[in-house]
Amino acid sequence: ILKNNLGMADAGVAETLLRRIEKADGGVDSLEVASSLGVDHQVVVGAVKSLQALGDLISAEQRSSKRWELSEEGTEIAEQGSHEARVFGSIPLDGLAQSELMKLSFGKIGFSKAMSNKWIRLDKAHEGGPRIFRTVDSIQDQVREKLVLVQKGSSSQLEEKDRNELKKRKLLSEVTVKSYWITKGSSFSTTITKQETELTPDMIANGSWKEKKFKPYNFEAMGVAPDCGHLHPLMKVRTQFRQIFLEMGFTEMPTNNFIESSFWNFDSLFQPQQHPARDAHDTFFLSDPALAHEFPQDYLERVKKVHSEGGFGSQGYKYDWKIEEAQKNILRTHTTAVSARMLYKLAQQKFTPVKYFSIDRVFRNETLDATHLAEFHQIEGVVADYGLTLGDLIGILHQFFTKLGITKLRFKPAYNPYTEPSMEVFSYHEGLQKWVEVGNSGVFRPEMLLPMGLPEDVSVIAWGLSLERPTMIKYGINNIRELVGHKVNLQMVYDSPMCRLES
Amino acid sequence: MPTVGVKRDLLFKALGKTYTDEEFDELCFEFGLELDEITSEREIISREQGDSKASGASDVILYKIDVPANRYDLLCLEGLVRGLQVFKNKLEAPRYRRVSPVSGEPQKLFITKETAAVRPHAVAAVLRNITFTQERYDSFIELQDKLHQNICRKRSLVAIGTHDLDTISGPFTYTAKPPGDISFKPLNQTKEYTATQLMSLYKTDSHLKHYLHIIEDKPVYPIIYDSNGVVLSMPPIINGDHSKITLKTKNVFVECTATDLTKAKIVLDMMVTMFSEYCSQPFTVEEAEVVYPDGKTCKYPELAYRKEKLSSEFINQKVGINESTEKIAQLLTKMCLRSQATGVGDEIEVEIPPTRSDVIHACDIMEDAAMAYGFNNVPHTTPRTYTVANQFPLNKLTELLRQDLAAAGFTEALNFALCSEEDVADKLGKKISETRAVHISNPKTAEFQVARTTLLPGLLKTIASNRKMPLPLKLFEISDVVLKDETKDVGARNSRRFCAVYYNKSPGFEVIHGLLDRTMELLEVKSARVDGYHIQAAEDSTFFPGRCAEIFARGKSVGRLGVLHPDVINRFELTMPCSALEMDIEPFLGHTAETTLTHDVPMQEVIEHKFPTQDESLQAPSSRPTSTKTAFGDVSTAAGLKSLNDFLADKSYIEGFAASQADMAMFDAIPSAPCSTFCHLMRWYNHIKSFQRERASLPSAKSQFVLPATTSDASDDDIDLFGSDDEAESAEADRIKEQRLAEYAAKKSKKPALVAKSSILLDVKPWDDETNMAELEQCVRSVSMDGLLWGQSKLVPVGYGIKKLQIGCVVEDEKVGTDLLEEAITAFEDYVQSVDVAAFNKI
Repeated sequence: ILKNNLGMADAGVAETLLRRIEKADGGVDSLEVASSLGVDHQVVVGAVKSLQALGDLISAEQRSSKRWELSEEGTEIAEQGSHEARVFGSIPLDGLAQSELMKLSFGKIGFSKAMSNKWIRLDKAHEGGPRIFRTVDSIQDQVREKLVLVQKGSSSQLEEKDRNELKKRKLLSEVTVKSYWITKGSSFSTTITKQETELTPDMIANGSWKEKKFKPYNFEAMGVAPDCGHLHPLMKVRTQFRQIFLEMGFTEMPTNNFIESSFWNFDSLFQPQQHPARDAHDTFFLSDPALAHEFPQDYLERVKKVHSEGGFGSQGYKYDWKIEEAQKNILRTHTTAVSARMLYKLAQQKFTPVKYFSIDRVFRNETLDATHLAEFHQIEGVVADYGLTLGDLIGILHQFFTKLGITKLRFKPAYNPYTEPSMEVFSYHEGLQKWVEVGNSGVFRPEMLLPMGLPEDVSVIAWGLSLERPTMIKYGINNIRELVGHKVNLQMVYDSPMCRLES
Repeated sequence: MPTVGVKRDLLFKALGKTYTDEEFDELCFEFGLELDEITSEREIISREQGDSKASGASDVILYKIDVPANRYDLLCLEGLVRGLQVFKNKLEAPRYRRVSPVSGEPQKLFITKETAAVRPHAVAAVLRNITFTQERYDSFIELQDKLHQNICRKRSLVAIGTHDLDTISGPFTYTAKPPGDISFKPLNQTKEYTATQLMSLYKTDSHLKHYLHIIEDKPVYPIIYDSNGVVLSMPPIINGDHSKITLKTKNVFVECTATDLTKAKIVLDMMVTMFSEYCSQPFTVEEAEVVYPDGKTCKYPELAYRKEKLSSEFINQKVGINESTEKIAQLLTKMCLRSQATGVGDEIEVEIPPTRSDVIHACDIMEDAAMAYGFNNVPHTTPRTYTVANQFPLNKLTELLRQDLAAAGFTEALNFALCSEEDVADKLGKKISETRAVHISNPKTAEFQVARTTLLPGLLKTIASNRKMPLPLKLFEISDVVLKDETKDVGARNSRRFCAVYYNKSPGFEVIHGLLDRTMELLEVKSARVDGYHIQAAEDSTFFPGRCAEIFARGKSVGRLGVLHPDVINRFELTMPCSALEMDIEPFLGHTAETTLTHDVPMQEVIEHKFPTQDESLQAPSSRPTSTKTAFGDVSTAAGLKSLNDFLADKSYIEGFAASQADMAMFDAIPSAPCSTFCHLMRWYNHIKSFQRERASLPSAKSQFVLPATTSDASDDDIDLFGSDDEAESAEADRIKEQRLAEYAAKKSKKPALVAKSSILLDVKPWDDETNMAELEQCVRSVSMDGLLWGQSKLVPVGYGIKKLQIGCVVEDEKVGTDLLEEAITAFEDYVQSVDVAAFNKI
C-alpha cells in the first residue's frame, strides 16, 4: 500500500527525512537534506508531498533562497581545472611552441591568464618561432578550488570579491531556489503508517480500522452512475397525467385502436364530410384495409339524417351524406373517435354518469416541423352527466390544470364542429409574460349525442391537449424530434429527471 | 382557422375608436377572435422575399386576425366592424332586405341541363348603385378569396364570379360545353383562348393551377354567357375580362356556381350582406331570378331570417348562470341575434339573420349568450358526478411492466407507429405480404407507408442513431403494433407488444433470455412446459439460423427471441451482434372483477330510448327477425349451427347457385358471427355478409328456411336461447323456464334495482388426450347469451396426459343459469365429455 503512496525508492528518502527532522532543532531545509543525501532536490520535494498527504506528520513551509551555481564553463573548470592551469600543465619542461599551444581549445584564454599569474614566459626570439616555458615548478589552481567549493554547495566560504569575479568570468551565476523548511507536524512520527483507501471486511472483523489511517475522499469528483435502465421522459409525463385523471375519478378508455373508420372519427362527431380535416392533406387514409364494413345500422341512419336533413332540434348541414365517405378507414386523427364509441355504448345501456379519460397516439398527415410530427399523443377528458353546465366545464378545467401547477386560466370562445360552446384554454406563462394556449375544450353538440341515443338532459363536457407540448416545456426541449422517435439521444433519456407536475 | 388582414387605422376609423394593441387584443379574445400578428406589408415582403424587395412597400400597420372557421360573416373588414360594433352596443344589427328592381324585370340566369354533368347549381344577385373606393374594392376581392378558401373548399363546392353589370346584358345562361367549344378573353389577358388552351396556360399559374383539377377531366366545362354571347366566367377557374369590376363599377352582378346548393346560398348571402352597405340604399340587395332546366324559378339571394324560440331557463341551465329573460335577450342581441322576451313565461324569440349560417341549433344560440355574458365571468362550479376510476387493464399492465423493465436495467425507447414497408419487411428479411400490415394510401414520404407490425425496427433504428453511446445498449419498448384482422369492424386491430434488444460486442442471448425469465417471473408465469412458459427452437429469417426460439406461454405461441441475423444488423447500419425479444403481452392480462371497457361497439343496438323518427317503420325490414329457429334447428345453439355447417359443407348458398333472400334470412337468424370450428358456416357467413349493401336487390327465396318465432316465446325470448324442435326437450325446457320465471319473480321482488351477478368457474372435460383443447375452448367461448361474459381460462392436467379446461365467466343471474350453460357446452359433443361447476360465487 505504501508503494501506492510513495515510490519504492522514495520511501527510504521519506523515512530518512523524518529521522533528520526528529534530530534537528527547529527543522531542516529540503535543499540541505538533498545535498547531504546526495540526491536530487526533486526527490526530497516528492517525499515532502507524500508525507503531507498522510496527515499532520510534518509541516512544510515553502521558502525561497538564492544560491550560486556553476555555469557550463564553470562545471568544466571544476572538473578539468582552469584554462590557465591547463595551459601550465600542457607545457613540457623544454617548452612548447606558441603556435602549438594556440591549437588547444583552452590555449588562447589560458595563455594570457597564466602569463599574468607569471606561471609561464614567452621567448619570442627562440629559434624556430616563439616558444613558451614554465617559470615556476608548481602552481595552485585557485579558480578550480573556488568553483569546487561552489559545486559542493559551500559558496558561502568564498569572499564576495571572488564570487563577483567568477560571475564576471561567467563561471558562476546566482539562481533562486525554492525549498521547504520542514518541521514536525502535530502528529509527528518517524514511522510511516500505511494509508488505507477503503474500509474492508477484515478491518471490521479484527477492529484494525481503529488504528488505520484512511486516505481522504475527493468530494469534488462525481460518483459512479448507477447501472440501471431509464424510462422515457414522455412516458414519465404520461404516467403523471394518468395519475391526475385517476385521482379525479376518471376511468381510462380503451384507445388501443389506431385504425378507425371515418364514421367514428368524423361522422359520428357531426363533422361534415366536406370538412377540411377530412382532406388527404390532413388525414392518413388506408389502402388496405380501405373500408370499414360493420356499423350499427340504425345509428348510422340517424347520423346520416342529422347531417343531411337535421333533426334533434338541428337544421343539419343539408348536404348529400354518403356512406362511402364514412366507410373510409383512416389512422384516427383524435382519440375523440374512441370517446364517440364509448358514449354510443353508454347510450345502449341504461344511462349512468361517467368520467372517462385517455392518453394515446393520434395521427395527422401534416407538414412536419420542429413542433409537429405525423403522430402525437392526445390527452382527453370526458364527463357525461345530467345537467352539466359550461360553469362545470370551467370548474373542472381549473381543477385539472391546478394539478399540473397551472392556476391562472382564461377561456376564449372558439369553433369546433362537435362542441358548442367551444373554449380554448389559455394559461398565463410567467416566463414568457403572456397568455399561451394550453388546451381545447367544449360541450359536445346535441347533434352528436342525441343520435347515439343519450337522454336529452344529459350533457357531455370534454377537453383535450397534447402530451408532447407540456413535456417539451417541462424538459426544455425545442425540437420534438429530440423527444420522440429513433433519433433521440439516449443520453437525454438517461439524464432526464423524474416528472413532478407541480408549480 | 382563416386569418383576415385588415389595416389597423382603417379598422379603428370604422370602429370610431382608437385602441392600443393590448386593448384590441383583449376585445378580440372576448369576441372569440385572436389578434394573431401585428405587421405591415413591408415587413411581410421583407420576411418572405428579403429586404431588397421590400423597399418602397407600404408601412401601414396591418392586423392579422384569426377568425373561427364557421364565422364567414367576419371574413372582411366590413363584417368584423359590424360584428364588433353590435357587440359593443354601438350599433344595431342592420336588416338585410331583398328588393325588386326599380325598373321592372329582375336579372335572369337560365341554367341548362348540361351543367348537371359538372356543376349543377347556380345562384345570383345584384348590388345596385354601389360606390367602390380602392379600400372597398380590395376588401371585396379579398372576401371572395377568403370564402373560396374556406366554405367553398377551394372552389370545389362553390365558386364566386362578380361582374360589372353595365358591361353585359341579361338574361344570362349558365351552361356546360366541351372545352374546345369555349373561347373567350379571360381576366387580365389580352387575347382569346379556348378552354383547352386556358387549362394548359394555367398549369403554371401559381394561383389558378390548384383549381384546374375540379373540372379538368370532365367532358364539359361550366360557362356563363350573357344574351350577346359574352362570357362572364368559366367557373370555377376564371372570369371573362370583359365584365371585370373596376373602381368605377356602379352595378355588380354576383353569381355563385356550385356542387352544393346550400353552401352556394350561404356564400351569396355573405357577399351581398357584407357589401350592400356601400349601395345607395344600404343593406338592400336586388333580386335575381334563376330559371332551372325544368322551368322552375327561384329568387335569390334568400336573405332568410329564421326565428327560434327558447327559454331563458335553457340558457341559464346550460351555461350555469342565472340571468333574467330580458338580460338574456339583450345578450343575444349583442351577438347580432335580435331577441326579445315574448312574455310567455320565460320564452325568448331569437331571430337568426342570414349572416349567421353557423347558428343551426339552440346550442349555438346558447353559446352566443355565454360569449356575450363572457366565458370568464361564468362562475366556476364542480360537477357532482360521482364515479370510481378504473384503469384500462392493458394499460395498467403496461405501466407496471415498464417500471420493472427499467429496474431490470433496460432503457425505454419511444418510436413512431408509422414506418416504411422496408422497415417491417425487407430489412427484417421478410416479405411485406407476410406482415399483415395495414397500408396508408396517401403517405407524403416513405416514412409513413405502413403502421408498424413489429417494434423491433424502431429499437434497431434508435441504436443506429446512438452508436456513440457506451456499450452495451439495452433498450425496450412496450407499445402497440397494428395488424389486419378481418373480425374487426375496421378490418384491423392493435396488438400490445413488448420488445427488447441487447447490443454489445457479444450477442448476449443469455441477457435477453434472462430478461424473458424475469418478465415471466413478473407476470407470475412459471417455467414449465405445460402450464407455464418455455422456449423452443424456431426458424425465422430475422434471426441467425439456429439462434432463434419461439416463446410459448400456457401452450400458446406469444413471441420470439434470438440473435439477429447479420444481414438484419447490416441493414440497420449496425456493426455489433445483437439479440432481441418481442412478444405479445395481451395474453398475460389477469382477471378483473370490474367490467372492462372495449372500443368494440355493439352492432345490434339495444334501444332503450325511443326517438321520434318517422322512418322507423321503414327500417323494420332490415332489422333482424326475433326468431332463431330455422329448418336446421335453432341457430342460436351450437347444435343448430353444427347442422347448418354440415349442410353448407358442399353448398355455396342455402338455395340454388346464387345468393338470395334465403341466405339473407338465415344470415339474420344467426345471432353472432360463428366461431371458426364451423369452417363451412364461417365461409358462407363472411360471403353473405358482403352482400349486405345490396340485400334488397337479391332474388326472393323459394322456400322458408327461417321459422317464425312462436307466440309463447314472445313474452320472454331472452331465456329461450336453447329452444328445440324436439317436443320432449321442449317440455323440459318449459319446465325449466317456468321454474326460472318463478325464481326471477322471487328475486325481482326482493331486489328490484340491482342486477345480481355471479362468477362461475367451470371444469370442461374432454373425451381423451387427443381432443384438441384449443378448439374445445373456442367452442365453449362461442356460446354467447345475453348476460354472459367469458373470462380467463387455463388448462389443468387431470392425469394420463388429459387436461381439462378451466374457464371462468360472469353471468347475470336473471338471464343465465348454470344448467343453461352446461347444456350449451355439452352440445359440443365431439369435444366435451362433461361440464362441472368448480366454483360459484355471488358478486
